[in-house]
Amino acid sequence: MNGVFDLGGTDGLGPVDPPESEPIFRAEWEKPMFTMFSACFRAGYFGLDSFRHGIEKIDPATYLQSPYYEHWLHTIEDHAVAAGAIDPDELDRRTRYYLDNPDAPLPDHEQNQELIDFVDAVVPAGAPAQRATDKQPRFSVGDVVRVRDDSPHGHTRRARYIRGRTGTVSAHRGSFIYPDAAGNGLGENPEHVYTVKFTSDELWGPEYADPKGSVYFDVWDPYIELVSATEGANA
Amino acid sequence: MSTGVSSQEEIAARVKALESMLIERGVMTTSMVDHIVDIYENEVGPQLGAKVVAKAWADPDFRTRLLDDATEACKELGIGGLQGEDMVVLEDTDEVHHAIVCTLCSCYPWPVLGLPPNWYKDPQYRARIVREPRKVLSEDFGFAVSDDREIRIWDSSSEMRYWVLPQRPAGTGGWSEDQLAELVTRDSMIGVGPVKEVA
Repeated sequence: MNGVFDLGGTDGLGPVDPPESEPIFRAEWEKPMFTMFSACFRAGYFGLDSFRHGIEKIDPATYLQSPYYEHWLHTIEDHAVAAGAIDPDELDRRTRYYLDNPDAPLPDHEQNQELIDFVDAVVPAGAPAQRATDKQPRFSVGDVVRVRDDSPHGHTRRARYIRGRTGTVSAHRGSFIYPDAAGNGLGENPEHVYTVKFTSDELWGPEYADPKGSVYFDVWDPYIELVSATEGANA
Repeated sequence: MSTGVSSQEEIAARVKALESMLIERGVMTTSMVDHIVDIYENEVGPQLGAKVVAKAWADPDFRTRLLDDATEACKELGIGGLQGEDMVVLEDTDEVHHAIVCTLCSCYPWPVLGLPPNWYKDPQYRARIVREPRKVLSEDFGFAVSDDREIRIWDSSSEMRYWVLPQRPAGTGGWSEDQLAELVTRDSMIGVGPVKEVA
């Protein structure tokens, strides 16, 4: 979707202003918020791609101004409701209660070793997105390719600043879950992933580009079309 | 809470409300929160990436393996996992400087760098680093990259996780890996800052 979250190349947002240092979690609420990602992923409320899409659908003014983990709150809330796990009216009621009683305790509950074991398994092992596919990679390293210039309404990883641009395939990464399917509830439908190099000239025009700059961007096979094949590379 | 800016108190209340409901459903517990927080506050952080960089500086065979397949090479040191399932290391040279970004969200190689700093996830860096990298590095980070050096920005649009192998500083001949690791900063592995100066 053509949302404000797709920020590459946007002007007018001001300087970066990195602080000297900062804590990992800036507020207590960020800790359960961060944990909810793993907990609700485990519960099956979303996959990574649909989690991202939930963030993309946040009101744009909120997206640009809210603290980072508030983005997670919005998508997890939406997915938990969609999964039928959370009643939105009850959530509103409890929100008002904790707003009036910020120090009121959480519900009494038994701790659960399975959840700790899950964390201890998934943190070091990860949740790989590589998937086998029968599809053959259509492109080779060195091929000159153009990013298809279409604008899906749903989730995609086609940033606007690379659409319609021409670059060179610099690596084939294997096949992975396809965001345009998975992020829209259409299954994993794995596709080959390539890294494509775009010169700054190509992206921004010679007058505005860094003369010795380039951007490397990962694309899934359906995102690109061939402009010219590397000589001999497809043999 | 669908539009507008919420106060910290409002967000905290909403999170606590959601947490209370997820707890009742058995989806999470307070000890799960404590455990995850402990991991990302105390165990998984940029000291792990620094260890990998120092080994690559000290051991040419490991450096070759790291550049060939970073995920497998990091496993040799017991490093890997969530949000670093498929890692690629970008080697800085006299001719080329690298920096990483996720313009579409906040993707970052957690197993070697821990959780990203807020500026990395915020709009300003994501918007500008792909468009005017040299200017952002010099003006926002005070990190000058000379005009004759190419700058390559890696935008993590897929699950591949990129990070930077900075150049080994001069004057460190014969240093141990532990000594070398002390020089490696988080920012040098993102590509927005130098390694520490050799005293």
